[in-house]
Amino acid sequence: MADFVWLVIALPLAGAVFLHFFGKYVKEPLSGWMASAAIGGAFVLAAIAAVPFIQGGGEPVTISLWEWMPAIGANFELLWDPLAALMALIVTGVGTLIHVFAIGYMHGDERFHRFFTNLNLFAASMLTLVLAGNYAMLFLGWELVGLCSYLLIGFWYTRTTASAAAKKAFIVNRIGDFGFMIGLMLVFTVFGTLSFAGIFERAGQELTSGMATAIGLLFLVGATGKSAQIPLYVWLPDAMEGPTPVSALIHAATMVTAGVYVIARSAPIYEFTPVASTVVASVGALTAIWAASIALAQRDIKKVLAYSTISQLGFMFLAIGARAYVAGVFHLMTHAFFKALLFLGAGSVIHAMSDEQDMHRMGGLMRKMPLTATTMAIGALALAGIPPLAGFWSKDEILAADFARGGWFYVLWIIGLVTALLTAFYIARLWVLVFYGEPRWQEDAHPHESPRVMTLPLIALAFLSVVGGLVNTPFRLGLEHFLEPSFEGVHIQEAPTDWLTLGILAALSILAAVVGVGAGVLAYRRPPERWRRFEESFEPLWGTWELAYGVDDLYGRTLVLPGRRLAEAAAFSVDAKGVDGAVNGVGRLVRGAGDWARPLQTGFVRNYGVLFLAGALVVVVWLVASG
Amino acid sequence: MLTALILLPVAAAIVVALIPGRRREIHLPLGIALSVMPLALAGYLFWVFEPAAGFQYVVDVPWYEPWGIAWNLGVDGISLPMVVLTTLLVPIALAASTTITNRTKEFVMYTLLLEAGMIGAFLALDLFLFFVFFEAMLIPMYFIIGIWGTERRIYAAVKFFIYTAFGSALMLAAIIGLALTYASQEGSASFALSDLAGLDLSVGTERMFFAAFAIAFAIKVPLFPFHTWLPDAHVEAPTAGSVLLAAVLLKLGTYGLLRFNLSLFPDASVDAIPIMAILAVVGIIYGAVVAIVQPDLKKLVAYSSVSHLGFIVLGTFALTSGGLQGAVIQNVNHGLTTGALFLLVGMIYDRRHTKKIADFGGLQKTVPLLAGFFLFMTFASIGLPGLNGFVGEFLVLIGSYPALPSFTVIAALGVVLAAIYLLWAYERVFTGVPDKEENSVLSDLSGREIALLVPIAVLIVVIGLYPKLLLDKITPSTEAVLDRIVEQTDYTMPEPGRIGDVFVAGDE
Repeated sequence: MADFVWLVIALPLAGAVFLHFFGKYVKEPLSGWMASAAIGGAFVLAAIAAVPFIQGGGEPVTISLWEWMPAIGANFELLWDPLAALMALIVTGVGTLIHVFAIGYMHGDERFHRFFTNLNLFAASMLTLVLAGNYAMLFLGWELVGLCSYLLIGFWYTRTTASAAAKKAFIVNRIGDFGFMIGLMLVFTVFGTLSFAGIFERAGQELTSGMATAIGLLFLVGATGKSAQIPLYVWLPDAMEGPTPVSALIHAATMVTAGVYVIARSAPIYEFTPVASTVVASVGALTAIWAASIALAQRDIKKVLAYSTISQLGFMFLAIGARAYVAGVFHLMTHAFFKALLFLGAGSVIHAMSDEQDMHRMGGLMRKMPLTATTMAIGALALAGIPPLAGFWSKDEILAADFARGGWFYVLWIIGLVTALLTAFYIARLWVLVFYGEPRWQEDAHPHESPRVMTLPLIALAFLSVVGGLVNTPFRLGLEHFLEPSFEGVHIQEAPTDWLTLGILAALSILAAVVGVGAGVLAYRRPPERWRRFEESFEPLWGTWELAYGVDDLYGRTLVLPGRRLAEAAAFSVDAKGVDGAVNGVGRLVRGAGDWARPLQTGFVRNYGVLFLAGALVVVVWLVASG
Repeated sequence: MLTALILLPVAAAIVVALIPGRRREIHLPLGIALSVMPLALAGYLFWVFEPAAGFQYVVDVPWYEPWGIAWNLGVDGISLPMVVLTTLLVPIALAASTTITNRTKEFVMYTLLLEAGMIGAFLALDLFLFFVFFEAMLIPMYFIIGIWGTERRIYAAVKFFIYTAFGSALMLAAIIGLALTYASQEGSASFALSDLAGLDLSVGTERMFFAAFAIAFAIKVPLFPFHTWLPDAHVEAPTAGSVLLAAVLLKLGTYGLLRFNLSLFPDASVDAIPIMAILAVVGIIYGAVVAIVQPDLKKLVAYSSVSHLGFIVLGTFALTSGGLQGAVIQNVNHGLTTGALFLLVGMIYDRRHTKKIADFGGLQKTVPLLAGFFLFMTFASIGLPGLNGFVGEFLVLIGSYPALPSFTVIAALGVVLAAIYLLWAYERVFTGVPDKEENSVLSDLSGREIALLVPIAVLIVVIGLYPKLLLDKITPSTEAVLDRIVEQTDYTMPEPGRIGDVFVAGDE
């Protein structure tokens, strides 16, 4: 029935291939529309294939395509189940809106068609990742999205900062991949295959808890790379060098959630390792509050959103680490809506302000671009967790599940609650600084509302940010039922069931959100001198936050520089002087010996041959005699 | 048919020799045209090859009977891909040599003779014959580097020759020793691989012979610490020389280890696993680390070879299905990607007459097509899934882990390092604004250059997505090698999927 889901990948792939070879013959907006049509078509197909799951009667199916590396149980095969379907719908749905937005945003770029080639290639790669039926194919998608991220961060390659950021992103991700690959080696060693079907069925029989912990932690290493968690998150803020639609699609809505997806997908393995799960949740909580505090003090609008993304991904880790897989995936979905909206809104602002990203030079834009301001306000409130917007439901569910888990998770719950407060504050600060108050623009700025092709996706995403949370509320757990077949046999941490606890927890969440938003608005609606003084009153903390705790600098001094010194020592001392020096020394020695043997050198190949054979014979005789 | 495969390039060389030296414009095109013939024949061989049939198209004609030397050739799933790769890259390497204007005739002849030697070495099933081909290759390569190389070409050529000859001498000694042992045990003389593989050797002798072969091949691969001839040879060699050196000649080392060490000395091979694994892993990490800071683009690619070939040796001595399959397919993959990278470096050199990374910057702006191909090959080399390098590396890594867990984990670091040295090099050469005058006036790839790169790029994608094409041919042969080792020694292959066994078989 769902045999055609390979088309979901093939369609954007075909778009990428076509645009790669023929894109330069296609006029500007058309290539963008073609790419949008390709991914939009994939959305329609995914939706059709997902109908059985929505109706509640569908069974997960594995679709074999062709052999790849059968010796290690790695073939081209797809797994179509509710989790894959949901991810595919998010990727294609949000992806289509962002493609359309980019038609306006990238207008006039000389490599317009190349941008859409890469964007379509990304969509195909991401869909490969989420539809993969085994870990090898998942890794295929995993690396290909890394490639697309590299290409798109460095899209404006003449900017050295963009190129450096692209390289940094790929390398930091590779460090995570190193862990992920070792995890895969363990999986293969234990199960003799990399296929999901083979692994998850036998997880209970084959896995010791030690092995499950090792695999779980190694997968987490991979996930911290791709999903930008401590300690590997440092590439994501730099990735903002890419065009803003890229930030929205890859570095907020889809690719960075791959780590969350992998852990959720591997739930049958984490089932046997409470240790690794707790580490996942703890890393998530720590990252959430760490990044949120940095987001408080950023001046660059995209940097705020980047750290916010890191922080929100931390929330998702907090959920799946507590085994609240549905809550984690739920937040993944709502976050995709409102964060894509916020990024596109930021893009609309940047576009209107002629590439200005410093919020200190904005202000008062509400009058110039009311649509962007309104939709971004909705996105901001959704992120802040104001009911009944999407973010409230998913975030509340995560916090409630952590609370219900108890023990160490009480600590994580408190961290989450504080983070929610910070989140509400920084996003209110962002909105007020950009849209409210007196204009602080440079003289040459002429802000204007963006064209329809950009505002329509904003409206669509705003709509989703409003209603998206309703798919899974305590009153109607729709998403949970939908995802049930994907988490069969896995224990899922539920939120508390009694309405009193639930109500108190919800009230606390709402309180955090309201206080955060209120404080943010009150602090920043004042004239610039006042909020500058407000920020200064937090010194030296504020400065530390603004510098993101100096982690980049720290890594540079403790890892990058010593690594480079080591490589230089290896190359120029050990290799050139040591190893090669020894070789040349031997050479000189032989030449010295050769001086007295010169008469033997007659210059005839024949004579050399005889001598060569004679020498070899001596060695042989010695070998045979001694053997 | 196999004899024809070896003689075709020789015949081609003779034809080229017959063209008078003053008609210099003909030599190169003629050489290219003639070198397509072996390619066609090899393609046909690939088509008709029966995976399950073991050695086939065997030729066994006595050559010097008193010593039991025979013109003994045969092809199996391990040598077949290498033969095809060789015949494919020779026309490409020749066609990339249009900048060679002095003594073109000799250049074409040497390249064709080199091809004959390489094909012969891959097909030989007689150890003496193998040795003859193994040595015969050195001579044309020596001249190619020594005559058409850059400034320090003589130093590089001599170094290359002495290094390899040293290893060859050891190997020759071991070959003769094997033959003598055979003669004393069986009463008749033979150099045939099949005869000598069945010999009953004392532990000490077997280890000694193993070491002699291993050193010869380790120099060829090259494994640390025998690698220092390689960067010099590559940097000085003309493009065609570098391409064939990296793509084919080095593979004789890894091929030799797999073909001769494993089948002639199974016990010693099993005993040597830890040593070979250490050498492989050291090569992977060391080559990569040294590559990071190389100021010369060609040298950087050369060191990346040291790193990449370590994976092949690791997979070979892991002695598992995945490891061996990965090793053989990686032989091909590395030949394609590194061959292509050397072609590209050559194309850059043709334009700028420098290989110093610091001299470049912003080339993507002026030569976007060249940059695109370079980036493509870079990612193939990094092991991006979907392209060929990944299939080999992943098979080696996942396949080796059950046998050699700790070594494999360290080896996996090489994958991270590869991203560092290659992407950093790409960043410095191609991105940014072309701020140097010389860099902003370059012309992009010509039709001829594109035609050279496209077949390689296509193969890279095909092998990356559908390696079955090769694996189907390779697997029966690698399994046969494994079966023999399991049969003849007390080695037990780790069987993934059974926790109990894994750690027993594991870390030596």
